[in-house]
Amino acid sequence: MGKVVVVTSGKGGVGKTTSTAALGAAVAKTGKKVALVDFDVGLRNLDLIMGAERRVVFDLVNVIQGTAKLSQALIRDKRVETLFLLPASQTRDKDALTEEGVGEVIDKLRSVFDYVFCDSPAGIERGAQLAMRFADEAVIVTNPEVSSVRDSDRIIGLLDARTMKAEQGEHIAKHVLVTRYDAARAARGEMLSIDDVLEILSVPLLGIIPESQDVLRASNLGSPVTLSEPLNSAARAYLDAARRLEGEELPVIVPFERKGFLDRLLGRRAA
Amino acid sequence: MNLLDIFKRRSSAPVARERLQVLLAYERRNRSQPDLVSILREEIMAVIAKHVQIDQDYLQVSMDRGETMSTLEIDIQIPNKSAVPMAMAG
Repeated sequence: MGKVVVVTSGKGGVGKTTSTAALGAAVAKTGKKVALVDFDVGLRNLDLIMGAERRVVFDLVNVIQGTAKLSQALIRDKRVETLFLLPASQTRDKDALTEEGVGEVIDKLRSVFDYVFCDSPAGIERGAQLAMRFADEAVIVTNPEVSSVRDSDRIIGLLDARTMKAEQGEHIAKHVLVTRYDAARAARGEMLSIDDVLEILSVPLLGIIPESQDVLRASNLGSPVTLSEPLNSAARAYLDAARRLEGEELPVIVPFERKGFLDRLLGRRAA
Repeated sequence: MNLLDIFKRRSSAPVARERLQVLLAYERRNRSQPDLVSILREEIMAVIAKHVQIDQDYLQVSMDRGETMSTLEIDIQIPNKSAVPMAMAG
């Protein structure tokens, strides 16, 4: 039985889709079978980040409504053969997803894949709640910034109340992934520190992804940063986060404020 | 004064942390309870509806919370000509 991981945040634009792609690709590179499911019905983007936008024929809604088989809708990645994408539909409305339908699709995916990553839409409405509904674990993507942290707190509340696991009295494992971390700004006291974020949310840290031009470049090229530039600092942070997600105990190193030689040296030692 | 300003500007993160801690402590306390404002809104609406027919939009309920006490503000607009809101409600 595979593990279902929801990648969620509440707030939009913090890096859910980028993180889903980067973490999923990192896990798949180790040989695990990974499915990435885009839950953002109407505003899909995971296909674009994965560089599969021209290969979408069927989507999640088709599968739920029975007009396509799951095997027809899954798109195999061209770079990593154990990596698959189930896109969201672009045109149909959000009500096209039913809880029962999503549950069936997740069950099927769980029986075939080692990991199922659910890329949640922003917000706390139905779409976001369906994305987290059947999850075993949650990655909460947070920027070190007040509105993002507040929304993450809301999402943590929902994870503890509205997921299947929570309703059955079980524990849903939660991890915070801090993205767009600017070490220089944090050092100047302009940005919430990692300690601040962890203390406020009291959820264990999965990783710190430094702000990086390469993440944007990877998106432009349609490739997860962990595949296109695995040596980049953001990619290495994602690769480490993926290893922690798989249960490895790996210390998190807070990005150093001085960039350049020393930073690289420290970064390499961490990897 | 200028120096102090510069210092303040530099360390805005502690302010952010403190504001968040206060806000989230409040929000977490209220999370388990159903939304008080919407319950009040519904019940006030039901009482008014017994006597006057008004549209949902004509009732504004808001809660302004302070350190020691909170203010509940209820704004009800009752149109003089009942035909107007009824038509709009339809």
